[in-house]
Amino acid sequence: YFIPLNLLLCTQPLPVPTIPTERQFYEENKPFTCLDGSSTIPFDRVNDDYCDCRDGSDEPGTAACPNGSFHCTNAGFRPTFIPSSRINDGICDCCDTTDEYNSGATCQNTCREMGRKERESLQIMAEITKEGFLLKQQLIHEAKRGQEDKQGKLTELQGSKKGLEEKVEALRTVKETAEDPEKEAKERHLKAWEEQKELIRMEKDKTRMAEAFLELDDDADGYVSVAELQSHLELDPDSDGSLSETETQGLLGGADKVDTSTFETVWSGIKDKYLQSLICDPECISICRNLEKEIGFDFGPSAEFAYLYSQCYELSTSEYIYRLCPFNRVSQKPKFGGSETNLGLWGQWAGPEDNLYSVMKYDHGQGCWQGPNRSTTVKLTCGKETVVTSTSEPSRCEYLMEFTTPAVCQEPASLDEVLHGHTEL
Amino acid sequence: MAAFIVRMGPLLVLWLAVFLSGTWAVDRGNFKTCDQSAFCKRQRALKPGQSPYRALLETLELTNTKLTLQLINDNNKVRLLLELYRLQGNMTRVKINELKPLKPRFEVPDVLINDPPTEPLSLLSQDENGVVLSLGADSQWLIVSAKPFRLDIMEGREVLLSLNSRGLLAFEHLRIRKDTQVDPEGAEKKEETDAANEPAEGETAKEDGMWEETFKSHTDNKPNGPSSISLDFSLPGVEHVYGIPEHADSLKLKTTDGGDPYRLFNLDVFQYELFNPMALYGAIPVMLSHSAQRTMGIFWLNAAETWVDISSNTAGKTVFGQMLDYVQGSSETPQTDVRWISESGIIDVFIMLGPTPTDVFSQYSSLTGTQAFPPLSALAYHQCRWNYNDQEDVAAVDQGFDEHDIPYDFIWLDIEHTDGKRYFTWDPHKFPQPKDMLQGLVDKRRKMVTIVDPHIKVDSSYKIHNEIRSKGFYVKNKDGGDYEGWCWPGNSGYPDFTNPEMRAWWASMFAYDQYEGSMENMYTWNDMNEPSVFNGPEVTMHKDALHGNWENRDLHNLYGLYVQMATAEGLIERSGGVERPFVLTRAFFAGSQRYGAVWTGDNTAEWEHLKISIPMCLSLGLVGVSFCGADVGGFFKSPSTELLVRWYQTGAYQPFFRAHAHLDTPRREPWLFGPENTALIREAVRQRYALLPYWYQLFYHAHHSGQPVMRPLWVEYPQDTATFSMDDQFLLGRDLLVHPVTEEGGRGVTAYLPGKGEVWFDVHTFQKHNGAQNLYIPVTISSIPVFQRGGSIIPRKARVRRSSSCMEHDPYTLFVALSPKRFAQGELYIDDGHTFNFDKQKQFIHRRLSFANKALSSRNLAPGSQFITPSWIEKIVILGASKPSKATLKTPDGKENLLEFEFDASMSVLTLRKPGVNAGVDWTVVLQ
Repeated sequence: YFIPLNLLLCTQPLPVPTIPTERQFYEENKPFTCLDGSSTIPFDRVNDDYCDCRDGSDEPGTAACPNGSFHCTNAGFRPTFIPSSRINDGICDCCDTTDEYNSGATCQNTCREMGRKERESLQIMAEITKEGFLLKQQLIHEAKRGQEDKQGKLTELQGSKKGLEEKVEALRTVKETAEDPEKEAKERHLKAWEEQKELIRMEKDKTRMAEAFLELDDDADGYVSVAELQSHLELDPDSDGSLSETETQGLLGGADKVDTSTFETVWSGIKDKYLQSLICDPECISICRNLEKEIGFDFGPSAEFAYLYSQCYELSTSEYIYRLCPFNRVSQKPKFGGSETNLGLWGQWAGPEDNLYSVMKYDHGQGCWQGPNRSTTVKLTCGKETVVTSTSEPSRCEYLMEFTTPAVCQEPASLDEVLHGHTEL
Repeated sequence: MAAFIVRMGPLLVLWLAVFLSGTWAVDRGNFKTCDQSAFCKRQRALKPGQSPYRALLETLELTNTKLTLQLINDNNKVRLLLELYRLQGNMTRVKINELKPLKPRFEVPDVLINDPPTEPLSLLSQDENGVVLSLGADSQWLIVSAKPFRLDIMEGREVLLSLNSRGLLAFEHLRIRKDTQVDPEGAEKKEETDAANEPAEGETAKEDGMWEETFKSHTDNKPNGPSSISLDFSLPGVEHVYGIPEHADSLKLKTTDGGDPYRLFNLDVFQYELFNPMALYGAIPVMLSHSAQRTMGIFWLNAAETWVDISSNTAGKTVFGQMLDYVQGSSETPQTDVRWISESGIIDVFIMLGPTPTDVFSQYSSLTGTQAFPPLSALAYHQCRWNYNDQEDVAAVDQGFDEHDIPYDFIWLDIEHTDGKRYFTWDPHKFPQPKDMLQGLVDKRRKMVTIVDPHIKVDSSYKIHNEIRSKGFYVKNKDGGDYEGWCWPGNSGYPDFTNPEMRAWWASMFAYDQYEGSMENMYTWNDMNEPSVFNGPEVTMHKDALHGNWENRDLHNLYGLYVQMATAEGLIERSGGVERPFVLTRAFFAGSQRYGAVWTGDNTAEWEHLKISIPMCLSLGLVGVSFCGADVGGFFKSPSTELLVRWYQTGAYQPFFRAHAHLDTPRREPWLFGPENTALIREAVRQRYALLPYWYQLFYHAHHSGQPVMRPLWVEYPQDTATFSMDDQFLLGRDLLVHPVTEEGGRGVTAYLPGKGEVWFDVHTFQKHNGAQNLYIPVTISSIPVFQRGGSIIPRKARVRRSSSCMEHDPYTLFVALSPKRFAQGELYIDDGHTFNFDKQKQFIHRRLSFANKALSSRNLAPGSQFITPSWIEKIVILGASKPSKATLKTPDGKENLLEFEFDASMSVLTLRKPGVNAGVDWTVVLQ
């Protein structure tokens, strides 16, 4: 009343290994030596649905070996290996249906169709890559020019800064020449030098202070007043761009104006900012800083990502508008009211070693309740357009964004080559 | 799942801020201590001593089925009615109710599978002090003492168990509230004449919380006044008691002197703490006692809030002190005293007299039924997370398992899959095509579970809500309106699952045409069914809420059972009664085993939580619930990679094997931790799949005879006192001993291999070890110490595929572990794996495999059954064998075939090559 399936199995025409390089090992009617050499068995034990070889090599066509693999020829598509546990498991894995020869599963041979589809998508990809790569060249060109511009400007600013620095240095030299005798004293009396040095330092500081006083005392009335000081924005203690009366008074130790001797007591509080301002004015500082920052970014091997700088790209979902500002931040704003949430600030390139510029990482976003700070991983793929194509939150507060840009398009092999590389098609 | 998120309304956020106080542990202040629970405090204030209760022997009536007898409280003259039953299978039932209660008191329905069949009691002797009854066989007697009232069950001269021996029987009779009467002075006058041990009413009553009780901001109105009950049990000779889950505590129950009693009250406890008697999600009021002489059980059938005190006269003593007692011969007998206190209902106790653990399991399952026999796939691996976000996410995870060649059977969807937490619906953006998604899983021969919780969003555009409301199926508040509380959807109603009409309607909602987007491969998860009410007292329902005529107070612990019952019934009905259901529940009660699986709720990704999963599931197994598991990896927080790997290794050998994670934790699918860890997890899961035939067979037995699947060692070695407190290792059935590595950085474990004269075989190396020893096993990160008992035969399927369904027709490998006497026995159970045909049409194969006299044979254990399997015997591995000269396979057709074999002399392992015989037929292999 039962059919011993194993008997059925033995009479089945089992697939012979189809990989040309291995076929030679399965020579009919000759003892078979396991591919790892561990043992030799009669040929009728090859594909007899019992695992004899430790490496699984005696059962290339059955599910008997836990570590075996099965070769699908997939004529019309791409050949592939599947774990032998997928042979006759009722699920069609090989597009040529060869893995399901005894499970009752009805599989359709879809290799041709899959081949066609793949060819089509490869073709589309190749076109995108080609156009994208052209765009990339343009981007590289533009980036190079832009960078030269910026570098030029920076150099210019830095040049004028240098001029000022030289002026200061010259003044300093004059002073120091006057101090030469002390220098000699130092050589003569090494032990006394430290004390001397402190004296000299104080002396120099006094000189600078005197100079500063003269400079700040616009009306040369012998007093530095609140009004006079207020024009020196560089001294703003909270750097908010304005110097209020109170702030100024604070700088002057609460007084409305100070004479030279009182100035001595407040000097230490304004010294650093004042001296720095001699080198560059505040506007110049901020431009310099921004330029330096921008030039300091890693915009890719040929600065092809530079065009993304100070741009923002949005994607609207059912609930939120996501905003990616490359090299700056990622954010999320509810569509129907509510405040924006910071999903991360620019961190670094985070692709694998061989493709570093394929992934951007933004972190230190807004903290999550009982959780980490929000962060976003941006995956870059080649495309003609620069666009955010999807967002998701695979783990709570860890966002994933897909972003296409020509900047990651690789130099295409010619279409012929692409198709040629897949001869099985 | 569960826990709290801030994506909810601002009201809830505000409430959460207060509730959670931003800490990472249970806020004990949210849950009552005995002192804060008025009835527990009142009852616990009674001290042992003179019981006011006296048996009125002149009222004794003895019929064929029972003995009845009135008891009187000499202090207040209130009479109680005692009913005593001798039940078939060596059990005694003791029922005590008020003789004439003001109104009926609640008696728990739907838990017993039938009216337990009785046996006649016979009166042996009677005088003015009491009566002696025969309990039938085994020279067992029941002695009823009259003054004070007391029951003793004796076997020969030995007292097995006594009731009210400490005089803690206390029955708060129903009464009319006196301080609300028109004439308060008159009432007070009456007070004075009232009985002495009765707490005074009026002002003091308020203090005692008899008519009203306030906890935090919640006031519990008690229109029925005090109604609590209590009874004590003494167990001479007993030092070990177990059971009364659910608690995050050791297997052996601790004494509760000086602390709180163990509490049984189904609660959603946020981030529960370990090693304390606080109540958790489920309650099974069954306690087992065990000594080397006898195992017994006490089943306290009451569904109200219950507290259990345990004390022991040996608990405080050191080992030295006990030895001294022994040497001096001055020792009193060890004894454990237990006291049960419940808020309402009646006393209805089943005393299961064993005497063996197996007997107690049979006795208990004859009362409340056995474990539901799950579909085979439910015993495989489950992949869960709060939440798989959308259909693409589900597809990607499914694909990930195939890419990494890790088997799984079920992927789960938590609350976020619904349309705004409206159960039975799908989020239209994230899951627009649920059937396509389910079909994708069907194509891989895999399945899905979606969550359906019992809180229903109050929303007039929600069909389920409208129907429940219009049918009047919601639980009512004390004023008769629909009870509403906060849960995931915001304001929610709670269907009254105690109503059979409601349950029938609920079940009908699982029909394929009702639950849109559902398919045959979609099953159900009932969470939050304590029920959880975020803004309710102790995060649950108000006790004065009404289920028909009964208060939630009376039946609180039953709610979760009913939810799972109705859901399981729905899954059966949708298939026309053909398919076995699979329903996971968080809340449970005695009898819940009949409806599916339970898990230990919202645990934490910490090593201690991994360890506690063993005693928690062992405790459940002892009281009927075999299908138990803990969230692999831990629900809250993120596990270290090592902890995750160890949890997979442990979970692979526990009955319900599901990984789960909180919404706020980083993803932790098995392949996210580098190839080495992926390989370790893959190996653990593969070991589970290879062993599925054995798991399935164990569940068949759990279903058939109520024997637990996962067992403490003492169940099989009841005389080996070394095993009585062990809960870091366990047995699966009788034949596999598992000692998982649960220590961080573990370099070795010491496993206790029981059984003098027995041997155990390491299932990975086949190394043989002697029984009755502590064996140190060095371990690496890949080690899962598992041993097969010498004398057993375990079937496995060595061809692990991507789901258990894919392995259905695969051949078997038999692992025969020989005893020192070269004997072994095992079984093989096969059926279709998912229908009731095994039961209704006896379509199964159940075979006895035995090895004796150098011959291994397979014989039919169930001659009335029939089932055809294409599976065959692929390989036979005999451990502890000697080398034969030849091996012959004999089949019923008279054919004899010589089998090839390999013999590993270093390990004494004989491997018989490809017997090839069908798994469903008689055969014998003879070694010569």
